[in-house]
Amino acid sequence: MTPKERAELYRRMLTIRRAEERLQKLFADGLVPGFLHLSIGQEAVPVGVSSALTEADTVSSNHRGHGHTLAKGVDLTGFFAEILGKATGLCRGRGGSMHVADLSKGMLGANGIVAAGLPITTGSALAHRMQGKGNIAVVYFGDGALAEGLVHECLNIAKLWSLPILFVCENNGWSEFSPTERQLATSLDRLGKAYGITYREVDGNVVEEVARAAGKLVAGMRKAPAPAILECRTTRVRGHFEGDRQDYRDSDEIAALDARDPIRLCAEALMAAGLDDAALAAIAAEVEAKIEAATEAALAAPLPEAGDILADVYTRAEV
Amino acid sequence: MAETRYIKAVNQALKDAMRDDPTVFLIGEDIGAAGGSFKATRDLLDLYGPERVYDAPIAEAAITGIAVGAALTGMKPVAEIMFMDFITLSMDMLVNQAAKARSMFGGQGSVPMVLRTPHGGGLNAGPQHSQCLEAWLAHVPGLKVVVPSNPADAYSLLRAAIDDPDPVIVVENKALYAMKGEMPDTPERIEIGKARIARPGRDATVVAYGAAVGMAEAAAEVMAAEGVEVEVIDLRSVQPWDEACVLESLSRTHNLVVVHEAVEAFGVGAEIAARMADIGFDELDGPIVRVGAPFAPSPFGKTLEEAYRPNADRIVAALRRTLA
Ligand SMILES: Cc1ncc(C[n+]2csc(CCOP(=O)(O)OP(=O)(O)O)c2C)c(N)n1
Ligand SMILES: [Mg+2]
Repeated sequence: MTPKERAELYRRMLTIRRAEERLQKLFADGLVPGFLHLSIGQEAVPVGVSSALTEADTVSSNHRGHGHTLAKGVDLTGFFAEILGKATGLCRGRGGSMHVADLSKGMLGANGIVAAGLPITTGSALAHRMQGKGNIAVVYFGDGALAEGLVHECLNIAKLWSLPILFVCENNGWSEFSPTERQLATSLDRLGKAYGITYREVDGNVVEEVARAAGKLVAGMRKAPAPAILECRTTRVRGHFEGDRQDYRDSDEIAALDARDPIRLCAEALMAAGLDDAALAAIAAEVEAKIEAATEAALAAPLPEAGDILADVYTRAEV
Repeated sequence: MAETRYIKAVNQALKDAMRDDPTVFLIGEDIGAAGGSFKATRDLLDLYGPERVYDAPIAEAAITGIAVGAALTGMKPVAEIMFMDFITLSMDMLVNQAAKARSMFGGQGSVPMVLRTPHGGGLNAGPQHSQCLEAWLAHVPGLKVVVPSNPADAYSLLRAAIDDPDPVIVVENKALYAMKGEMPDTPERIEIGKARIARPGRDATVVAYGAAVGMAEAAAEVMAAEGVEVEVIDLRSVQPWDEACVLESLSRTHNLVVVHEAVEAFGVGAEIAARMADIGFDELDGPIVRVGAPFAPSPFGKTLEEAYRPNADRIVAALRRTLA
């Protein structure tokens, strides 16, 4: 990876980080309606995976989906406006944080239902295989989702039908307020073995590792459609949702998070490769200016009109 | 005009839709080599190959979710769920995903999928293979639900469902699969949401759909012998349903009975009765009477199932009540 490519990954991760930090603040100020699940500490996963994707590839996501969405290249202002429930949002303010989608960018939606992205993405991969253009589908899900029955159904079908789908598990060790070891009697590598699906495990906080592993797996499935699993060991820094005080986590675990911060790790690697503080600061300044402009535009945007409720329930409403 | 059977009309609609649109594909359990549990997909694997006819493992939630994802990626999937009772396993994908995607994503796209599934009793298939659960689906904004009552409609409504840009559930009826009927040389193009007057009449209106249409027609025969002319409306679709057609009929007959094979309580009939009691209040000369299954699981044994399903006699009794 060239220093320039690495710096670009850094810029993308920092965009997600700063966007979520901004949302965190807006939430604290009471400006974000509904639930807000932040992916701070997990940015390397979608940025690394997306470096292997084109716009025509599809992804679907879960409740913790801001990083997945931004990494797929959606418009930053539309993203903020959606989470603030504005008429100018990507989904016209009807979805919010848990349902951001941008079909024009191959982003098939965050999802409020744990594991629901798996079958949808399996279907998208089937469509890609039928269309024969070499496009692939990616589904992001958490370790907690592994307890859902649909995981079995989808791994089974993806393998049986050789579907070009990358199952990306963000294993942060937590499923809401419960540690995953109390939720899952097996592990994803064993599930991969059971279904005969290629499995790779990476440090999900080292963006280059994620990018390298995803690049290899995706290149393979573009040539010959087949599923693969990428398990990313990562860290949930914030609570399950904003407002969660995390009383159930011990202080040692929380104290150790900083050393594994994906943005710090990437910055260190960039410095070791010769970038200086000024170069990093320039990236940060550019990112922050963009976030600020998007936030301002979203804050100024109008709220949806009540008359909009019935729009788009059906394509052809008139009967 | 040629005579066909309901199940053959379904098969023909699938065959023609696949011929006309290369993005249409089929997915379901045993629908390939076996041709489907009720033979709706007979010969289609041979005709179109395994790239368009997917014999799926027994995984209803995944089958339905795959249809959603493929539909969001430019295809037109037609999924088969072998018995309507099994849609319990598909519900998240239907209710939280297919139904909501268009609205929830701000109208960016739609989910042009079809899910075919048979409901209904009469085969002694028991409590888990006979249910009529269409009211659940009709209750969910974003889904459409059609229920053909005869072979020609089975063809035309399925074609309309496949052409529709939104998710449509096609509820077929197991007891009607063998039903014979005329198939026009140029099949009718049906607009989903438009009812059909199955039998005109001036004294009372019976609204029905699916297998209940035949029962209502039989009841109308009985009443005609007594000089009472009953109008029978075949709704064709229960979501959306043709409120204007029912209201117009009521404004001529002033008496209304609503019939379905599904459990009467909290059913489609309740919605129709409530709407007509509201917007048709001034037209009513008698109570709106519902005929449906009693509030119990559909029983297996012959005598019990016969007593459970609505029939012409019960519709006649309902007509006498509203006309009294
Ligand atoms: C079907 C379903 N069950 C439960 C929930 C509530 N819930 C939301 S997120 C979550 C935990 C998910 O854990 P994981 O998949 O590991 O994702 P993480 O939050 O760690 O990113 C739960 C139980 C839900 N949204 N959907
Ligand atoms: Mg987790």
